[in-house]
Amino acid sequence: MSSTFDTVAKIISETCDIPHETIKPESHAINDLGIDSLDFLDIAFAIDKAFGIKMPLEQWTQEVNDGKATTDQYFQLNNLCTRIDELVAAKGA
Amino acid sequence: MRLEYFQLIDRILEVDIADKTIRTEARVPASSTIFEGHFPGYPLMPGVLLIEAMAQTAGWLLIAVTKFTRMPFFAAVKDAKLRAFITPGQQLALSGKVLHEGSGFAVAKADIRCEGKLACNAELTFRLVEFPNSEFRANMEKMAAILEFPSEMLANA
Repeated sequence: MSSTFDTVAKIISETCDIPHETIKPESHAINDLGIDSLDFLDIAFAIDKAFGIKMPLEQWTQEVNDGKATTDQYFQLNNLCTRIDELVAAKGA
Repeated sequence: MRLEYFQLIDRILEVDIADKTIRTEARVPASSTIFEGHFPGYPLMPGVLLIEAMAQTAGWLLIAVTKFTRMPFFAAVKDAKLRAFITPGQQLALSGKVLHEGSGFAVAKADIRCEGKLACNAELTFRLVEFPNSEFRANMEKMAAILEFPSEMLANA
């Protein structure tokens, strides 16, 4: 998890020019870091490549739009890292 | 090209679904009002339109890869390099390759060659969304036929 967070924080910092020290596990990508949907595409591309996964963004967005999930569940960084770890584990299973 | 309709490619020559690559071609019109302004006495194909031509090439590839279930909307361009002047009447060979197919987005690279030389290239990002409505999709299907999009190949893929 911590190494996942370090990788994700580095990607966000480099992609969006956000100082690394302001990116915390409890930061919300949209609400706290101000990342918009276009920048998030760049982040998703980098995360997919770095971890060899395909984050199901369409499914997550649909769940949020349908009220079945909150954005915190997917876009708060500690939760996002947990999802990434799950996807990496599923890939290796 | 039919610049007045924003049609920047003439024909799809080849699509390789397994390799996620495409080749298209286009001829820059010999005359257009665009060249009266860009530039008077020295007509050049605008770089932004060359980028659009690459985007249309990569876009048709993504329509093929997603089997006409998603419309790619151009979202970002990176590392665009306009390496040579393109003038009225020149024949262009375009190619594209999908670099990454994400969830709801894709990244591709594309280039344009003119007289065998690399004229421009870029990395392009697209949002992949469902076709907004049936009229839109019907028009895209009509355009696909004009461009000789290999619909039969998709049916058999």
